[in-house]
Amino acid sequence: MQVPAYVEYEKASSIEHALALLARYGPESRILAGGHSLIPMMKLRLAQPETLIDINGLSELSYIRVDRAELCIGALTRHAQLLDDPLAGQHFVVLRDAEQVIADPVVRNWGTVGGSLCQADPSEDLSAAFAALKATMVIRHPGGTRTVPAREFFTGPYETVVAPGELLAEIRITIRPGGGSAYQKVGRRAGDWPVGAAGVALWLAGGDGAGRDGAGPAVIADAGVGLTAVGAEHFAAAEAEEFLRGAPATPETFARAGQIAAEHCRPVTDQRGPADYKQHLAGELTTRALHRALHRALGG
Amino acid sequence: MQITVTVNGTSHTREVEARLLLIHFLRDDLRLTGSHWGCDTSNCGACVVWLDETPVKSCTVLAAMADGRRVRTVEDLARGGVLDPVQRGFAECHGLQCGFCTAGMMMTARWLLDHHPEPTAAEVREALSGQLCRCTGYENIVRSVLWASEQEAVLARGGDPPEPPADRRDGGDTASPRPASPASGRDAS
Repeated sequence: MQVPAYVEYEKASSIEHALALLARYGPESRILAGGHSLIPMMKLRLAQPETLIDINGLSELSYIRVDRAELCIGALTRHAQLLDDPLAGQHFVVLRDAEQVIADPVVRNWGTVGGSLCQADPSEDLSAAFAALKATMVIRHPGGTRTVPAREFFTGPYETVVAPGELLAEIRITIRPGGGSAYQKVGRRAGDWPVGAAGVALWLAGGDGAGRDGAGPAVIADAGVGLTAVGAEHFAAAEAEEFLRGAPATPETFARAGQIAAEHCRPVTDQRGPADYKQHLAGELTTRALHRALHRALGG
Repeated sequence: MQITVTVNGTSHTREVEARLLLIHFLRDDLRLTGSHWGCDTSNCGACVVWLDETPVKSCTVLAAMADGRRVRTVEDLARGGVLDPVQRGFAECHGLQCGFCTAGMMMTARWLLDHHPEPTAAEVREALSGQLCRCTGYENIVRSVLWASEQEAVLARGGDPPEPPADRRDGGDTASPRPASPASGRDAS
């Protein structure tokens, strides 16, 4: 029988109250959102907080809305809510792609977006999706708010920049015209962590690419390539993005971008697969996701 | 700490440790042993109950997190001695063998039909994809849910409930390539 070790428990009634409780209980306290990462870690004694601060009652942290050309996702948003949300699906379908393959429907009912990010598992799907979208993390602290780019949010396996006394409150993504996105994942079985996965976002020059010459290929104005489970620094393939920027959106470009992404990741061999296979996946899935993202950017 | 949880419409106030899991609160404190405690790792889904209006894996929820909320368990499916159509479907279509996964399967199935009254077989499989049946009775579990869906659709139209599926009347050949009769015409692949 697996049960967590003895722990104190407090229920927060507001963000301010949660921050006050974090300050009172210090670094050995942990925010409890859906608990679908934290509680299993506590059962295995991989996490042993002295106090849990339950934020499940904070409806002020549960929302998805567009605010001044940004999609804003409250940290307490459940995975199922993000999966089903029409706004998120309309602007960033990579999020829907990723959510469809995170765990299973019942786990998605209660697990939260912010909880997954703060768990900072090196194989977390959303980390790659938000890296591709160049999202911004909004962190609350007793003195106010600070923002951190998604790619600077993670400081290592199971570690983030969220300091003791702080709380991840929101994820923001800038909505830009001419965008398309996609997520491609290979797992050992449905609902499992990825062996490797790639999330990409493309923004075409001239908005929808209509301004290009004749029937030539669209030109990539900007690209985001996120990778998870394959040892990519900051969950991103920065060199592949640099190659894509300004390049024609052609199969040759996408194949080369995949190669570059694979060259720059450092996967490790583990129970999910050998390192060379994961490296192969990083490249292939990047290329496939780029094709799908282009198709979507062109209105497909 | 003291918690008050409304389980199957009845309010229960108990003194519990914060680390107590919801599944153990239901089974050990309230003696509601219909929900099963399985893998303990939120993989198998034997422990699925509703927390407020959504199915959750109660081995990965603290009882404290249910404080002030509603919980619905398998004991609440039958009303006034009448089985829920989902329960009847499992009986009619041989949807269980050892029965260990059944309570969780039925709670998710009930939720699915409440939100999507006429799912396809593929949608039933997706909804139940986080729940494991080690008797590997998935074909019949899907048929059971589709049978309940069909029955509810017929009842909603004021018609007679459907007959039990043909393959059961014929002696329960579960390897029949044809889906159970009420589900025919749907994608059973």
